[in-house]
Amino acid sequence: MIHFVLLISRQGKVRLTKWYSPYSQKERSKVIRELSGIVINRGPKLCNFVEWKGLKVVYRRYAGLYFCMCIDEDDNELEGLDIIHHYVEILDRYFGSVCELDLIFNFHKAYYILDEIVIAGELQESSKRTVIRLMSAHDSLVEMAKEQASSISNMIAQVTK
Amino acid sequence: MKRLGRAVVMEIFCFLKQGLTPYEKKKYVWKMLYIYMLGYDVDFGHMEAVSLISAPKYPEKQVGYIVTSSLLNENHDFLRLAINTVRNDIIGRNETFQCLALTMVGNIGGREFAESLAADVQKLLISSSCRPLVRKKAALCLLRLYRKNPDVVNIDGWVDRMAQLLDERDIGVLTSSMSLLVALVSNNHEAYWSCLPKCVKVLERLARNQDIPQEYTYYGIPSPWLQVKAMRALQYFPTIEDPNCRRSLFEVLQRILMGTDVVKNVNKNNAAHAVLFEALALVMHLDAEKEMMSQCVALLGKFIAVREPNIRYLGLENMTRMLMVTDVQDSIKRHQAQIITSLKDPDISIRRRALDLLYGMCDISNAKDIVEELLQYLSTADFAMREELSLKAAILAEKFAPDLSWYVDVILQLIDKAGDFVSDDIWFRVVQFVTNNEDLQPYAAAKAREYLDKPAIHETMVKVSAYLLGEFSHLLARRPGCSPKEIFIIIHEKLPTVSTSTIPILLSTYAKILMHTQPPDPELQNQIWTIFNKYESCIDAEIQQRAVEYFALSRKGAAVMDILAEMPKFPERQSALIKKAEVAEVDSADQSAIKLRAQQQTSNALVVTDQHSANGPPPTVPAVGPLTLVKVPSTSGNAEHTSEGQALTQPNGTLTKIDPQTPSEDLLGDLLGPLAIEGPPGAAVQPQQNAVSEVGGVPSAVDGAAIVPVGEYSNSVQPIGNINERFYALCLKDSGVLYEDPYIQIGIKAEWRAQHGHLVLFLGNKNTSPLDSVQALVLPPAHLKMELSLVPETIPPRAQVQCPLEVLNLRPSRDVAVLDFSYKFGANMVNVKLRLPAVLNKFLQPISVSAEEFFPQWRSLSGPPLKLQEVVRGVRPLPLTEMANLFNSFRLMICPGLDPNPNNLVASTTFYSESTRAMLCLIRIETDPADRTQLRMTVASGDPMLTFELKEFMKEQLVSIPTAPHGPTAPPTPPVAQVAQPTSPVKALTDPGAMLAGLL
Repeated sequence: MIHFVLLISRQGKVRLTKWYSPYSQKERSKVIRELSGIVINRGPKLCNFVEWKGLKVVYRRYAGLYFCMCIDEDDNELEGLDIIHHYVEILDRYFGSVCELDLIFNFHKAYYILDEIVIAGELQESSKRTVIRLMSAHDSLVEMAKEQASSISNMIAQVTK
Repeated sequence: MKRLGRAVVMEIFCFLKQGLTPYEKKKYVWKMLYIYMLGYDVDFGHMEAVSLISAPKYPEKQVGYIVTSSLLNENHDFLRLAINTVRNDIIGRNETFQCLALTMVGNIGGREFAESLAADVQKLLISSSCRPLVRKKAALCLLRLYRKNPDVVNIDGWVDRMAQLLDERDIGVLTSSMSLLVALVSNNHEAYWSCLPKCVKVLERLARNQDIPQEYTYYGIPSPWLQVKAMRALQYFPTIEDPNCRRSLFEVLQRILMGTDVVKNVNKNNAAHAVLFEALALVMHLDAEKEMMSQCVALLGKFIAVREPNIRYLGLENMTRMLMVTDVQDSIKRHQAQIITSLKDPDISIRRRALDLLYGMCDISNAKDIVEELLQYLSTADFAMREELSLKAAILAEKFAPDLSWYVDVILQLIDKAGDFVSDDIWFRVVQFVTNNEDLQPYAAAKAREYLDKPAIHETMVKVSAYLLGEFSHLLARRPGCSPKEIFIIIHEKLPTVSTSTIPILLSTYAKILMHTQPPDPELQNQIWTIFNKYESCIDAEIQQRAVEYFALSRKGAAVMDILAEMPKFPERQSALIKKAEVAEVDSADQSAIKLRAQQQTSNALVVTDQHSANGPPPTVPAVGPLTLVKVPSTSGNAEHTSEGQALTQPNGTLTKIDPQTPSEDLLGDLLGPLAIEGPPGAAVQPQQNAVSEVGGVPSAVDGAAIVPVGEYSNSVQPIGNINERFYALCLKDSGVLYEDPYIQIGIKAEWRAQHGHLVLFLGNKNTSPLDSVQALVLPPAHLKMELSLVPETIPPRAQVQCPLEVLNLRPSRDVAVLDFSYKFGANMVNVKLRLPAVLNKFLQPISVSAEEFFPQWRSLSGPPLKLQEVVRGVRPLPLTEMANLFNSFRLMICPGLDPNPNNLVASTTFYSESTRAMLCLIRIETDPADRTQLRMTVASGDPMLTFELKEFMKEQLVSIPTAPHGPTAPPTPPVAQVAQPTSPVKALTDPGAMLAGLL
């Protein structure tokens, strides 16, 4: 199973964290510190796996961003790597050629998408189209709620409250 | 940083401004998550996030769910508050809300969620009216809940449904269900046999690309994830019996093995190889025909040579796993050269795999090549790997040495090249080997001499060389440059460069060189004596002691020379290195590989030494390492001290037999008798005893005392003091006397840390004659794990022996551990059963709780079984302050001011055990000032068992039993603990045996 997912920029800034195993706040920052040190300092031509504390970290670099995923030691490493790439492809399709800034300004969207792909540390959906469809459904729901809130009747209701 | 500062100010501003609109609340919670993500401690606003979950509108609810599941972990208390809302969302009709709730529970649901939601989640998963988008989430959510508490899935009812789920057409639901199946079969494959053919079907469907929607193919491969998971599930079934099923599976596997090539596109490559490596694992598991196996090895051989680093890494990893299949080892050996090349790969991950593989594939035939390769690599290896590397090289050298001199060469080279990374165990081991193999001794000594000629050598090398030369340099005496004097000079040159831990070894070496110099060389003798003199006032006790003792001994001349004779042979035992490697090994797959191989191959080295030790009686001298062995007679004429030292130097549990023989008149003869080289190998221990009395100069009056007429003592030995009172006193303190009678005193000293306890039993012989047949047996109750180190069979006169006792608390319970202790004095056999004060309250840690922390906790633990209340009658009347003191002495922290009623007491504490970990316990006592004999007690904790046990424990402490003697001056010790146990032996206080009967 996936224990956690980390997105770290080349400068060591964290862009997204998601924990599927119970780590306390202290442990979380320790893990991030340790791993960003290890992963960022690895050369470009090396393999995508790092053995770490009896677990394995599968990572891949996309431009200035490292996508890291910690899995059990006997898990299939390439499967993990495929999940990372699957996630990136969906981000790319959703944002339209995604860049780090997209993930900074819309980090909540990145969370939504991740939740549609991985639950309980296991892959949930392997179809890009399904995920994108679900995302646009989310978006329209939020949009609808916003419209409702700004509709005139609602405004009147608020003022008279 | 600046932006962050402003953000924080805004947060606080928002926070202060009460009455946030939902939009503001949402914004604020998102910002909090962002700040948290950047690595700042966010310990505020969690409540806000959780409360958003119950918002009626989708946008707020969504934020609430997602932020909560990112911010909190499953152990967070606030999550409890949300259970009800989450449940309502799950059973509600709103599909989007269902999804949100399932996602959150799937990501951070804990045990409590498992208990209250599992049934609803199962319903969703098998419901025919739910859309796939809900059902796939339900499958993974159930998986999470199952991991937290396996009981939530009722196997009998679930097997058929699980099989049905595997017929699912929707790939999303099927993928999630397959993950669930993997978790289920990993715990119990028996029950899920019916799923096996279905997994094969799924694989066939994918392999043939039948009925797979386009959107589920990933780089042209039909859902690689589902393929991997299906094959993973199959690996949990021991075999496939149905021939049809087996055949169709092998067809699929064959197709995967043959049809995968390394291609240009990285992503396609990854996906295809993810499937391929899983197929390889499955083939290995199924124990396929030899042909298919060698096909696999050939594939792996190809992989470890490709340029793509991922494939190379996985090739090495899987080859290591393949070693467990015995008949392919020869085909793997063919790739040895390539594997050795990988040892020099720029990538440390790959180097690690290569090292593991080399270690695993090493056997007698290739050990020499591999170890030499490892040694060569050692000088260029990076620091992160050196320790592992040197340990592995040492083990291989020991296990597969073609001859022993080669082994010595390897270890010495190892120390030379990577001294800092060679642990003490490695050089202890080589010393043991040399000592146990006479043929090896001259060779080892000569080698050691050679290394000393090098200009700069590592300190460990100084230690080994000095030790070896001290023991065996006389074997070299005729060689050039090896006269005692020359050896002394070259060793002494190193003295200024070494640390204090090495100096004692050098001093021993000097003493031994001096003794071996026959006829004595006065010049050398003076030089060495000067050194001894110099260190006589050394601040380090060990050095000082040795200097003083060696000086005294060497002045006695030839008479005591035999004390410094060669060490007797070491007892043969499992190499500490292998044990260490097993512990250090983090790789679970490889660990089992090591074990497997360790079982298959008996160490070559062991066989050799066995032959040697067959020549004489098996040595019984306990030895921890050479350091303790070179300890020669102590001059401090204190028998108690010496035997204490002995007890301490035997942590490896070898039983010492100290012959309690009474010294005869002829002290000197007695002294020399057992010391002759041919003498019993127990010599190293005995001389200590005898030399002590000798050095003290007074033949102690033992003789008389030893012949005390036996008949004088009646059969039952009366204990001094009340055993029960002593026990209760020890329940409150950590050290004191547990038992005492005219012959022996048993003291106890304990340290408690969380769920661990470290006790030391002090067994003191009060007499001038030894106590024989001493036996101590710990009878632990089911909830304690106890380990008592070996107790020597004999306690010398007036000596005290320390026996450490380790305690681990597994779960809350009031049962008490019993020490069954017996000894023989003269003809009297004494046997007592003593309760050990490893009681419930020892695992408590007082903790003070403020009102803000207390009340939410108190309220959240509502009702039984987590919160129990009872009116206790017949309480020993105590003033409130005294009761508070009593509580404090039980490590319950009284929290004043929490309860407005001055007649009530509120206390808090943390309980530690393996099952509960640290668990907060809260206690409230309401007393009636009019009637002090009754009170109402409420106990709450997060664990039902703990609550009950703690409540009963408290009750025992508070209730008084009129028959128990209770002195007014005694500390607030409750007289009797066993109220709950009907067989409480109140009357049999003086008879420990009867007491035990009651206890058990």
